[in-house]
Amino acid sequence: MRPGKTIAVLAAAVAFGFMSVAAMADSHTIKIGEINHYKRMAAFANPYRNGIELALEQVNKAGGVLGKQLEFIYRDDEGKPGVAVKIAEELMTRGGAVMLTGTIFSHVGLAISSFAAEKKYVYLAAEPLADSLVWAKGNDYTFRLRASTYMQAAMLAEAAAKTDAKTYATIAPNYAYGKDAVAAFKKVLTKLKPDVKFVAEQWPALFKINAGAEVQALERAKPDAIYNVTFGGDLAKFVREGTTRGLFEGRKVYGLLTGEPEYIDPLKDEAPVGWTVTGYPWYGLKDPANKAFIDAYTAKFNTPPNLGSLVGYMVVQSITAALKKAGSTDTEAIRSAFRGLQVDTPMGKILFRKLDHQSTAGAWVGTTALKDGGGIMVDWSFKNGADYLPSDEEVRKMRPASN
Amino acid sequence: MSLLFAQLLTGLADAATLFLVASGLSLIFGVTRIVNFSHGSFYMLGAFIGYSLMQVLPGMFGFWASVLLAGVAVGLIGVIVEICVLRPIYRAPELFQLVATFGVILIIQDVALFTWGADDLLGPRAPGLTGIVRIMGEPVPKYDLALIAITPLVLFSLWYMITKTRVGILVRAATQDREMVGALGVNQAWLFTGVFFLGAMLAGLGGAIQLPKGGADLLMDFNILAAIFVVVVIGGMGSLPGAYAAAVLISVLNVYGVTYIPQSTLVLMFVVMAVVLMIKPFGLFGREEVAGEHGQVGEPERPIKPAGPRGRLMVAGLIFLLALIPLSGSNFAQILTTDIITFALFAASLHFILGLGGLVSFGHAAYFGGGAYVAALLVTHLGANMEIAFVLAPFGAALGAVMIGWLCMRRTGVYFAMLTLAFAQLIWSLVYQWDEFTGGDDGLVDIWPAAWLNGTSVYYYFTMLFGIGGILALRHVAHSPFGYALRASRDSTRQAEATGIHTKRVQWAAFSFAGAMAGLAGALFVFSKGSVFPTELEIAKSFDGLIVVFLGGVKTLSGGVVGAASLELVKDVLTRFEYWRLSLGVLIIVVVILAPNGIVGTLHKLGERLGMTGKTEDR
Repeated sequence: MRPGKTIAVLAAAVAFGFMSVAAMADSHTIKIGEINHYKRMAAFANPYRNGIELALEQVNKAGGVLGKQLEFIYRDDEGKPGVAVKIAEELMTRGGAVMLTGTIFSHVGLAISSFAAEKKYVYLAAEPLADSLVWAKGNDYTFRLRASTYMQAAMLAEAAAKTDAKTYATIAPNYAYGKDAVAAFKKVLTKLKPDVKFVAEQWPALFKINAGAEVQALERAKPDAIYNVTFGGDLAKFVREGTTRGLFEGRKVYGLLTGEPEYIDPLKDEAPVGWTVTGYPWYGLKDPANKAFIDAYTAKFNTPPNLGSLVGYMVVQSITAALKKAGSTDTEAIRSAFRGLQVDTPMGKILFRKLDHQSTAGAWVGTTALKDGGGIMVDWSFKNGADYLPSDEEVRKMRPASN
Repeated sequence: MSLLFAQLLTGLADAATLFLVASGLSLIFGVTRIVNFSHGSFYMLGAFIGYSLMQVLPGMFGFWASVLLAGVAVGLIGVIVEICVLRPIYRAPELFQLVATFGVILIIQDVALFTWGADDLLGPRAPGLTGIVRIMGEPVPKYDLALIAITPLVLFSLWYMITKTRVGILVRAATQDREMVGALGVNQAWLFTGVFFLGAMLAGLGGAIQLPKGGADLLMDFNILAAIFVVVVIGGMGSLPGAYAAAVLISVLNVYGVTYIPQSTLVLMFVVMAVVLMIKPFGLFGREEVAGEHGQVGEPERPIKPAGPRGRLMVAGLIFLLALIPLSGSNFAQILTTDIITFALFAASLHFILGLGGLVSFGHAAYFGGGAYVAALLVTHLGANMEIAFVLAPFGAALGAVMIGWLCMRRTGVYFAMLTLAFAQLIWSLVYQWDEFTGGDDGLVDIWPAAWLNGTSVYYYFTMLFGIGGILALRHVAHSPFGYALRASRDSTRQAEATGIHTKRVQWAAFSFAGAMAGLAGALFVFSKGSVFPTELEIAKSFDGLIVVFLGGVKTLSGGVVGAASLELVKDVLTRFEYWRLSLGVLIIVVVILAPNGIVGTLHKLGERLGMTGKTEDR
């Protein structure tokens, strides 16, 4: 083809691209950019988005924030960090967003976090669990809402230390989250109980678990207890093979996130029994704050909330509180508002720590059981996130940005 | 000892699904020469449809009936795909069909999400086969034993059909020489449709039969893709016993790998593949490829010429226009254009070896991501200046391409493509699992340009300089004596050798040069995003490159660039909508059917017909 035509095509395409994304300035709303993997992780992103929608409705009915309505712009990043960064820039410079939030994958969260620090945009990481987001790679502009990998692993390690199990085997997906989760569990458990031994470590590839082989390998090590970090489809396969082959009989099992409805509900009547897990027992929460959220959510969407729904709800609450405290939509004002911000959420008061920008959101720890053909958590208790963070000293050592 | 045996049984059971899905892919490729990227989607559909049927049909009979019916249903879907999507484009350049199958992937993803919802579905257990049997004291699930028994049965039936029946004879004849079969009066179209039915059905069966060991979820399609490609290549393209042997080999090794080297399970499969292909170039049971020796399908390629004065003026005009973008004051326009230029350079580098060199690389992301990682690693571990890291990135990528090129260059055609894929996956899995060094899945962050380059507009001009510079350099090389030698090597190895061209060396050099240019694109990418993750090395990234090169037009000079720019812009618009994957998939298929020569090639033809352009002009 002649270059002339190439140019015509390119120019037309460029013009089309720019026209189609013409931004409309609207001074009656405050816009928040929400970037997520709505398609790649639809099972998680949709309940999360519903939680946002519910909270938005409530906030705006009550008059909005700073005299304006609050609005979220949802954008799909295809699950790619590079695309997420592009969208982040677009939302902030053309979309009229005052800050960014979102993502489920830790690596996408890290990409946006680094970008936010460079461009000086505020980013509230909602779901990503990676410890490095607030510690090793933490920066001034990134805040994290959910209880991190370390915090949740520490809760399970505390429960594990109370038993007389001496030898442990671990199974975790072979990527950053899995490795963090195992390292944190080991660290906290050996501190609480120095005589435990880790006799096997299994690292199945994420979403490509070879469940039969993993179960055989774990069985071979004959551990007293097993620490499980797998989730989603991997968890389902692991539980089924493990149950079939009798791996869990007479063993203590600790499951990170296993009690979240996202992961335990698909297992239906094959959900494991007697595991100690972190999760979200919405069916058992009767205190006014939790119940109000759960009832409103169930009424609006005809389905009970997942943990992601609660996170989405808390995202809006946190941002609303930050905007109110800041008194403006200026980035620096929002940023300093988030530092030391207290928010009333369904799970109680949480604090965004000045030290590392991690919130003190907690998690529920309980034992799994079967009821009406589905897995639930019983004997649960709520653990305050603030009690499961390393000392300030240690955090400062891990987080260069704090020094 | 008893454990070793039990592990062997686990491996054999795991091989069942892998064999079923891979044998379908192998059959389809053997007869139609289509590399069916959407085969993983058929597998996923089989799981979902099987799941739905099992909810309705009760008992042991219902379970097995559901498996069979799911296979048939997926086979019929395969027929629809073949008739509506592939049949119109059989005459397009070789491998062009893979773009269409990519469109099918996107459509099936959204249709499955719409039909079955987003939640993972846990597969029902097989009635009557839920328990375990103790073999030498080790527990072995009964269903595993059923799978171990079924697989050879399927293999035998397929083998019988292929070797002993008339249909089989036709299929084998078509595998060897489809023109001849056509000339003998066999209705090729229906033969192809039939093979597509069979292949898709096998994938559907594979999806349904693994339900008791797993379930159905929306990530299944891409998760199995790499594994089945590996199995098909190790076994030998088109060979059924080969697919079985390879599936068993991979699955059994995997089980032992899980136990004895639990950290490295991802790498293992690709190491095995690379080793097998080094020793047995055409896989365990494969024969030397005959396709390609008959020349390319479709009309012969017209020679390319450097742009005339008018063309040069217009390119200059476009560059001038692009240079004006920062004056508009829109940050996003600059960021979007930076992305497009980076991607266009990546596509142009792939186009250089694919279009001009005739070397199909399925693993070009290795050099793009490789360049990005070289720069990021230098900055992270050595604290290198941005400038130094940027300059070294293309050299790092080129070094990788030199080594991988040397290893792959001894193969041709699809085997070459598969080897490049294997090595790209090897690099991906290394980066993914060696997290002390590469950051693993959490990637490398805070890789920002030097202070003087850090403004959006400054970096935009920087990207223009190196991105467009790189594209022009690739174009310039295409018109140099080296470019002529490269095209000669592509068109006729024998004649090129006779004129004194060392074809392999020329192709090797071209491969390395393309790698360097992809590395340059990677370096531009990493400093514009500030971070790099293993996603930039994934199969999906390599596929993105292939799609845009074919979409733009393989046989044109500007195909890669135009394809890349079009796709980036269309994606930017479509991803704002709910069912963007469906729309994008349909759009790709429509473009593919309407423009079988790619966007540029078809526009050019259209222009010719309307008398707007002369035939002698440069393309």
